[in-house]
Amino acid sequence: MGTQINVQSLRPVTVTAPTVSSKLELSDLLGALKVRFGINRNNYIVKPGLYKVGKPDSQSDVLVSANYKLSFDVLRKKLDTLNVWILVVDTKGVNVWCAAGKGNFGTENVVKSIKNSSLEYIVKHRNIILPQLSASGVAAHKVKEQTGFRAVFGPVQAKDIKSFIEAGYKATPEMRKISFPAIERAKLIPVDFMYAKYKLLLILCGFFIFSGLDKTGFLFAKMLETSLYPLINITGAYVAGIVAAPLFLPWIPFRAFALKGTFWGLVLTILLYFLFEVPYIDGISMGLINISIASFMTMNFTGSSTYTSLSGVKKEMKWAVPFQIGFITLGLILFIYSKLV
Amino acid sequence: MKTMQYLKNVVTLKLDSNSCTGCGMCAVVCPHAVFEMLNGKAHIVDINDCMECGACALNCRFDAIKVKSGVGCAAGILNGILNGTEPSCDCSGGSKTSCC
Ligand code: SF4
Ligand code: SF4
Repeated sequence: MGTQINVQSLRPVTVTAPTVSSKLELSDLLGALKVRFGINRNNYIVKPGLYKVGKPDSQSDVLVSANYKLSFDVLRKKLDTLNVWILVVDTKGVNVWCAAGKGNFGTENVVKSIKNSSLEYIVKHRNIILPQLSASGVAAHKVKEQTGFRAVFGPVQAKDIKSFIEAGYKATPEMRKISFPAIERAKLIPVDFMYAKYKLLLILCGFFIFSGLDKTGFLFAKMLETSLYPLINITGAYVAGIVAAPLFLPWIPFRAFALKGTFWGLVLTILLYFLFEVPYIDGISMGLINISIASFMTMNFTGSSTYTSLSGVKKEMKWAVPFQIGFITLGLILFIYSKLV
Repeated sequence: MKTMQYLKNVVTLKLDSNSCTGCGMCAVVCPHAVFEMLNGKAHIVDINDCMECGACALNCRFDAIKVKSGVGCAAGILNGILNGTEPSCDCSGGSKTSCC
């Protein structure tokens, strides 16, 4: 990637915006992996500005992108042999979807980018192609009013951009829909897994110590001997809520995410109960705790899903949060009680 | 596979047919195919498919659509409650199609 230069004063013919390849290198792929696990995320920002892919000229299309490196990389990879300009908007390193929702990928920012890059001197036409998902932040008619550039919304996914352009800037109904296939859901698992890792560790430590409680006080040997069952349950519930529930999302019939999680918490409890052959009071106390944790974690997946509405999540939380708090409290009381009798 | 659908009868989407000119923009921007164009007007196909992203309302220059938009994200709503603000997620999503 070349260094970025100021194209303000240059005539169109001598523009030297940085060129990026449409091929991804190993370092890009390793970087993508790191971003998913939350390592060094801040290095994954693309400098805003105008970029060349191939050899674009004054007639070439202008694609607008977020400056989140993963989005940018996906886009340039899918462009293949096309010669286009990419206008990278400063979305604070956040992907299109999120940035549009939060206002970083908004009308104002797009207008600013068009002006800052002197796009009007670089291309002769007056069209830009926005990712469809930026529509919740960008009002196309306002961009037109303020810059003269007509903004058309491209497809939802970068992989369709080539067909979109080749079809004369037309998207099929399929290209307009946001889907949420298992593979996309699976990609989110590492992010969500890291989300509450410290809280998980804290809870695990708590249960490890509580396992040693006894009517005579505290027994170190008892702690070592009986802590395995609760620790496996809790870790299992966390994983059930973060891995099983998202992967099998459409196959569990309940609409509310908290109920989907409840289902997995229950399945896990039953499995472990029979596997460990523990007294029933242990099964019940851990069951309450498992259900609470799995339900909560799955409910959090609403943030990653692509079809949950704000009103819906609010409605769900109104009953789900009290029930989760109730279950975990009851489970904890039972757990301690079982240790003391 | 059928499009996944969330809770029924909760979304705040409202379409005012009288203001609608049938320009078709809402049908273009909606990622859940909530609108279809019939006889020169927009119609809501299944309102339960709406995720309240607000794209249609923002891009309808005739103000025919109203929706209380926001991100349906439990962590964001919790953040909002704890901080006494509007729901806000920290958007650390790893995928182009996700948030929070
Ligand atoms: S964008 Fe507005 S005016 Fe255009 S079809 Fe949709 S509702 Fe009607
Ligand atoms: S708010 Fe979003 S999902 Fe709902 S109808 Fe409008 S564009 Fe479609």
